Amino acid sequence: MGGDVVEDNAWLADAVARVGADPAAIVRAFAAAGRHCDDAAAARARLLRALPPDVLPYWIDDLYRHGDTNEKLAILTALPGLPLGAEAVPLLHDAIRTNDTRLLAAALGPYAGRLDQHAWRHAVLKCVFLAVPLEVVSDLDRRADRELTAMVAALRAEREAAGRRLPDDAYRLLDPIP
Amino acid sequence: MRILDPHIHMTSRTTDDYQRMAAAGVRAVVEPAFWLGQPRTNPGSFADYFDSLVGWEPFRAAQFGIRHHATIALNPKEANDPRCRPVLDLVPRYLDKDAVVAVGEIGYDSMTPEEDEAFTRQLAMAVEHELPALVHTPHRDKAHGVKRTLDVVRESGIDPGRVVVDHLNEVTVAAVHDSGCWMGFSIYPDTKMSPSRMVEILREHGLDRVLVNSAADWGRSDPLLTVRTGEAMLAAGFTDDDVDRVLWRNPVEFYGQSGRLDLSDLGDTGPLFEGSSILRGGS
Repeated sequence: MGGDVVEDNAWLADAVARVGADPAAIVRAFAAAGRHCDDAAAARARLLRALPPDVLPYWIDDLYRHGDTNEKLAILTALPGLPLGAEAVPLLHDAIRTNDTRLLAAALGPYAGRLDQHAWRHAVLKCVFLAVPLEVVSDLDRRADRELTAMVAALRAEREAAGRRLPDDAYRLLDPIP
Repeated sequence: MRILDPHIHMTSRTTDDYQRMAAAGVRAVVEPAFWLGQPRTNPGSFADYFDSLVGWEPFRAAQFGIRHHATIALNPKEANDPRCRPVLDLVPRYLDKDAVVAVGEIGYDSMTPEEDEAFTRQLAMAVEHELPALVHTPHRDKAHGVKRTLDVVRESGIDPGRVVVDHLNEVTVAAVHDSGCWMGFSIYPDTKMSPSRMVEILREHGLDRVLVNSAADWGRSDPLLTVRTGEAMLAAGFTDDDVDRVLWRNPVEFYGQSGRLDLSDLGDTGPLFEGSSILRGGS
């Protein structure tokens, strides 16, 4: 997603300018973006990039806490492209705690590289549990470890005891880790 | 039969209800913010509740192919608790959300000065945010409450065509009809309003500006009473088109005034709608 989404949309260009001058202007613009832009997620990412970097962590947190699901999704998917350290990791924890499969999936993009291994494994296992396709998990093959394999194997045993199966794409996690 | 239930508290209902509603033709619902039986004591409880109305509950509804919208407000009962008054400062932020199609439920419960102030302030928010308003009328001293409600609506300057005055009955319908506001009727199992009485009201007052809802919540109520009302209309000689108008086109027209009613992709409402494409609305 580049800055070019601004060029075709006068509303967004104006909102970006206002946010640059006054960060608090992002509150209403962020909520309303879906009603002014065809690609609301791209427009919201552009608004986040218009924030001065020193106040970015504050506003990311505020917008996420008060966001509807699409606003939360827009933030989660924008995280890897923003000048952030680990400040937004609590938002991933929040998204992973929900049972909204869209939020869970969006939390496991490239920014999830900042999750510790314990939290990451549990999030991947939750994907298996809720049948979220594992293709949403960034860096899965490199990061999967023996402990994750053991957790998935235990879930398979429970499922099979109940006459059920894991989602098809979970079986690859049972392959031996070299 | 296709149905948009314009007033139902799905937060209090089970997945069995969603399943039965979807099977009976309910394709969309509007869930107004109201009280929860147990009074709340701080604004944080409301923030979590409002978040649920624009977060978790639409997700739950989508599992059954039902589109969920909300209305947001500080309700009249809890407007009387000074600890909840700061909720009025939270409301505007939620009024900006895409799936919020009106300010509501506002209005009167016991007709106190506190209720006056919350009602007036939130009608002004409706005007400012260009949203319709859903107005609850009291279950006690109703006729007086409706009259006073209509006075406040008139003084607020909001277009009466953007206001629905809800929970009406035989005694209160005429005044609202004459005011230009929409007329809301909540159909309950054995109180307030029934399908057969609703049919008589439709015969007498016509189908214009009428919304029929179940108002189902945590009390004794039935989310299929919209369907039962449609069946009673047909049995009484109304046409399929009349039923479609009352149960679908009227609520679509009323909430459509928000410019935010999203009924796209509802043509085919299989059980896994959205559930089968979990990234919808994502990246």
